[in-house]
Amino acid sequence: MAALCSKHRLKHLQHLCSFGFKIPRRNFAGKGKYDYDLVVIGGGSGGLACSKEAAQLGQKVAVLDYVEASVRGTTWGLGGTCVNVGCIPKKLMHQAALLGTAVKDAKKYGWKIPEPVSHDWATMSQAVQNHVKSLNWGHRVQLQDRKVKYLNMKGSLVDEHTIRGMNAKGKEMTVTARNVVIATGGRPKYPTHVPGALEFGISSDDLFWLKESPGKTLVVGASYVGLECAGFLTGIGLDTTVMVRSIALRGFDQQMSRLVTDYMEAYGTRFSWDAVPKKVEKLPSGLLQVTWTDTQSKQEHQDAFNTVLWAVGRAPETKTLNLKQVGVELNEDTGKVIVAADERTSMSNIFAIGDIAQGRPELTPTAIKAGKLLARRLAGHSKLLTPTNVFTPLEYGCVGLSEEEAERRCGKENVEVYHAFYKPLEFTVAERDAGQCYIKVVCEGHGDQRVLGLHFTGPNAGEVTQGFALGLQCGFTYAQLRDTVGIHPTCAEELTKINITKRSGLDATVTGC
Amino acid sequence: MVTLRMRIQMLVQKWYQVFESSKIPQSFTLLYDVSLRFSKPFMAVSHYICLASVLENGSNYQDLLMEMTGQKTVPNVFINKTHVGGCDKTMQAHKDGLLQQLLGGESEVYDYDLIVIGGGSGGLACSKAAANLGKKVMVLDYVVPTPKGTSWGLGGTCVNVGCIPKKLMHQTALLGTAMEDARKFGWEFSEQVTHNWETMKTAVNNYIGSLNWGYRVSLRDKNVNYVNAYAEFVEPHKIKATNKRGKETFYTAAKFVLATGERPRYLGIPGDKEYCITSDDLFYLSYCPGKTLVVGASYVALECGGFLAGLGLDVTVMVRSILLRGFDQDMANRAGDYMETHGVKFLKKFVPVKVEELEAGTPGRLKVTAKSTETDEVFEGEYNTVLIAVGRDACTGNIGLDKAGVKVNPKNGKIPVNDEEQTNIPHIYAIGDILEGKWELTPVAIQAGKLLAHSISLKRAVELYGQENLEVFHSLFWPLEYTVPNRDNNRCYAKIICNKLDNDRVIGFHYLGPNAGEVTQGFGTAMKCGVTKEQLDNTIGIHPTCAEIFTTMEVTKRSGGDINQAGC
Repeated sequence: MAALCSKHRLKHLQHLCSFGFKIPRRNFAGKGKYDYDLVVIGGGSGGLACSKEAAQLGQKVAVLDYVEASVRGTTWGLGGTCVNVGCIPKKLMHQAALLGTAVKDAKKYGWKIPEPVSHDWATMSQAVQNHVKSLNWGHRVQLQDRKVKYLNMKGSLVDEHTIRGMNAKGKEMTVTARNVVIATGGRPKYPTHVPGALEFGISSDDLFWLKESPGKTLVVGASYVGLECAGFLTGIGLDTTVMVRSIALRGFDQQMSRLVTDYMEAYGTRFSWDAVPKKVEKLPSGLLQVTWTDTQSKQEHQDAFNTVLWAVGRAPETKTLNLKQVGVELNEDTGKVIVAADERTSMSNIFAIGDIAQGRPELTPTAIKAGKLLARRLAGHSKLLTPTNVFTPLEYGCVGLSEEEAERRCGKENVEVYHAFYKPLEFTVAERDAGQCYIKVVCEGHGDQRVLGLHFTGPNAGEVTQGFALGLQCGFTYAQLRDTVGIHPTCAEELTKINITKRSGLDATVTGC
Repeated sequence: MVTLRMRIQMLVQKWYQVFESSKIPQSFTLLYDVSLRFSKPFMAVSHYICLASVLENGSNYQDLLMEMTGQKTVPNVFINKTHVGGCDKTMQAHKDGLLQQLLGGESEVYDYDLIVIGGGSGGLACSKAAANLGKKVMVLDYVVPTPKGTSWGLGGTCVNVGCIPKKLMHQTALLGTAMEDARKFGWEFSEQVTHNWETMKTAVNNYIGSLNWGYRVSLRDKNVNYVNAYAEFVEPHKIKATNKRGKETFYTAAKFVLATGERPRYLGIPGDKEYCITSDDLFYLSYCPGKTLVVGASYVALECGGFLAGLGLDVTVMVRSILLRGFDQDMANRAGDYMETHGVKFLKKFVPVKVEELEAGTPGRLKVTAKSTETDEVFEGEYNTVLIAVGRDACTGNIGLDKAGVKVNPKNGKIPVNDEEQTNIPHIYAIGDILEGKWELTPVAIQAGKLLAHSISLKRAVELYGQENLEVFHSLFWPLEYTVPNRDNNRCYAKIICNKLDNDRVIGFHYLGPNAGEVTQGFGTAMKCGVTKEQLDNTIGIHPTCAEIFTTMEVTKRSGGDINQAGC
C-alpha cells in the first residue's frame, strides 16, 4: 500500500495546488460566481493535502469524502486508504508481528518470560483502530484549522463546475466550483469468475477492522498487499497460506522477491504456487472450503479456512462520479481518468490525481514510473525515483531499477551488480537464520558506475533505504558509496562495504565485522 | 584558494602515481602490483581514492596534466616525483630496472616486509590487505589485562569491548521495551518477566569468541603471522615482542604500522583502580552489576548507563560539566532528557573524589564520595558498581616510540600523521584511534533511542560559516511504532543544517530516534555527494518510516514555528 499514499503525490499536489490554482482571485471576472474556488472529491492523502495547500494559498476550498461500505459492510473515517485500510494499520500489525519475534528473541538475550505467550487479536485491532480514529479526528481538525469545508458526502459531477453531494441519509445538495480535483482513489477488486468469492471472502478493506481473529487464512494473490498481510498474520501465530498464480511481487526485482518469500516460508507462511482459485463454499461448520487448480498439473485441490482474503489488485472509483457525462474522458479498459502531464483531464478545470488517474500508480511499480514523469516537471530533474518498502516479515526496501529492468534498458554487459549476503548483528545472539538478508546495488558498468538501483532485505529496510534514495536522487556512484564511512555496527553499513560483483561468481557472504 | 594546478603539484610531490578512477585500464592491476612490490603498501590504495575524490568534480585536470607532463592520458605515473609516463612506459621501466632504481630498492634484509602492532579492526584489515599483495606480514596483538583482571581475544576494542557487545546489550534493553510494547499490540504473557545477566553475558561472549576465532582463521588463511605478544620498539626497524610467559623475541621489518588503539582512562582518585570498573570489564562481568554509578558523560557513559537502566537496574550518571562534549549540544541535551524520562538519574556538576569498599562481593558495595564543581557541597552515595567512562587514552606510551623516533603529541598521546597516515618517521605508519585530529562518525545508542552527531555540530557550523549564513530545519516526530504503546510522543527529533551561501547544501544531519544508525547511513552517503535542501525536498519519502521526516522538513529554527508533528 506504499504506493497508495506515497509522499511524492503529496508533494506533487502541493505543487499543483500552488501553481495550478494560484490565480489571484481578483483576476477572474465574476468573483463570487462560484461557491468555491476549488472542490476536491475524495479525502485521502492526496485530496487532503491538495485542499489544505490550496486553502493556505487563500483559496476557498471544500472537500467531499464518503466511504462506501465494503462488500462486507466495513466503513471508516476521513483520510482515505492510507490512514484507514492501508499503510498505517498495515505497519502497526506488522509491528505486532515483529514484537512477537522480539519476545522470542528476548529469551536468548537473557530475559526470562514464563510460558505461555499468546496473541489476542481483539486487543491489537482495538489499539490499531483507536490510533486510526485519532488520525481521522486529526484530519478533521486540520481541515477546520485551514478553513477547508469538509462535507461527509458522496460527490458526483453535474457539469464541469457543479458538484452534487449526497449524504448517508440520501439528502442531496449541490455546490459550484471554479476548479475540481478528483481524488477518489481505488478499492480492492474481487475475482469475477470464482463462485462464492464475493459472499464469503474479505479484502484488505475489512481485515484491519475485523473484531475477531481471522483464524486460519488463505490469502489469494502475491502482490505486496497479499504478502504483507500474510506476513503479519503468520507473525501473530495464525495458520496462513498464500495462493500465487505465477510470480510474487510482480514488477519488483525477482531475486529479491524470492528471498522475501523464502524467508516467509522459513518462518511458517505456507505458499501454494501455480494455483488459481476455482470456488469458495461455506461448510456447515462455518468453515470456508476453497477449491483451486494447480496450473501445472491441472489437478484440483481443496482445503478449509476460516477466512479468505482477496488481494488480487485494486480498481478505480470512477463509476459513480458521472465523469463521462460532463466530458471527462476515461480509459475504457481500466475505467481510469485520462490525464495530461499536469494532471489536467480532458476538461480544462478538472484535474485527477492518485490511483484514479490513468498511468498513475495502482501498485508500487507503476508508481515508480509516475514519479519520474512528475519529477521532470517539478524540479527540472530528468529522473525521480520512488523508493518503496515492502513490510513483509523480512522487510524489503528498494529504490531505482531492478536488475532485470537495468539489463533491459542498458544491456546485460553494461550493468554491474554488486551484492552481499550479510548477517544483522541482532540475529547472531537470537540465533536467527540470516540466509535471506541480502543487498544488491545495480550500477552502470562503465565510467563512474552510477548507481541505478539499490535493493535491501533485512530489518528496518525502509529506514535504511530512505537516505540512499536521496543518494540516487543526487546521482551517486559506486565509488561514492564505497567512500562513505560506515556506521558500525549497522546493517546499512554493509552497503558501503559492498565489493563483490555478481559477474565474478565469488562468494558474496560477508564475514567478520 | 588552492588551484587545481597546485593540487596536482602537491599530489606529485607526495605521491608515486596518479590514477583517475573511471579510467582504470586492465593494466591497472599490473601496475598497482608492480608499484606495491617496491614501495609503500598502503599508500597506493589511498592515493588512488584521494585523487579520485580530488578530481571527481569533472575538472579540466587532464589539460593541466598535459601541460605539466606532456601526457594527457591516465594512468599518469610519477615515481618519487619523477614523471615516468603512462602504463606502457612504466611497465618498460620495470623491465629495464629503472623503476627499481627510482624506488631506491632496499638493500637491507628484514624478517618481514611489514609488522603491524595491534590486532584491532584497523590492524587486521591492514595486515590482511598487505598479505594479499604478496607481502610477508606479521601482526602482534596483546591485551594487557585491566586492573580487574579482564582480558579478551583477537580483534581489538570494537569486537571485544566496544561496538559489538555494546550493541548486543543495547539490543537486550530494546527487547525489554519491545516486550512492554508487545502487550499493547495484543501479546499476552506473564507479568513476571525478569532478566538474567549471566545468560546475556554468555550469549554475547560466545558470539565474540566466534569472531575472535574467525579472525585467527582468516589471518592464517592469508598467511599473516599472528603473534600473541606485547610489542615495543628497540630500534627504528626492530621490535621486542614479549609473550604471556615473559619470553622475549626480536623481529625486524621494513615497514611498521601502529594500530594499538585506546584504553579507558581512570580518574586518578583513591580507590578507582581497586574498586571501579570500565567498559573494558563491563561486558565480561560474571555477575549483574546491580545499582550502578556511571562516572562521565561520554557516549560510552551514556550508552552503558542507558542499557543498564533498560535491563531494569538502578543507574545514576555523574556528570562534571556537559553531556557528549563535541556533539551538537541541543541534540545531546535532548538525549539526556530522554534518558531521564526513562529512569536514568543524573547527578550534574559533581566529580568523585574517592571510592571505598564497604563490602566485597559479586557485586559488593561501594561508597562514593563526590564534590560539587561549583559549591562546597559533598555527595556520598552507595552503589554496587562504579563504572568509569571519562574518556580514553591512546596506547602509545609504552611501545618504545622514542627508540624509533616517532613523534607523539605529549598532551594526549596521539600521533600526528600526514594524509598518507605516515608518521614523522617515513617507514612507520599509524592508523585508527591513535591518530591525532581525526574525527569519526560516532553513533551513540541511548536506550530506545540513538543519537548521531554526523559531520558537524551546530556550534562548529556557526564558527565556520556564521550564524546568518546557516538555516536550520527541524522537526519533532512520533514513530508509528510508538503510537500504539503510546510512548514518547513527539520526543524524537530531526535536524538538518544548511549552508545558505552554498545552494542550501546540507552540512549537518542529526537524528534522535529509533534505528538511528540505519537511518543515518544513507544520508551520510548522500551528503558525500553534496546534497542540497532542494534535492532533499524532491526525494520521495518511504511511508511510513521515521527516515521520511527528512524529506518534509519545512520549519526553520529561526522562525520559531511549531515543530510538533501532526497527522501522517
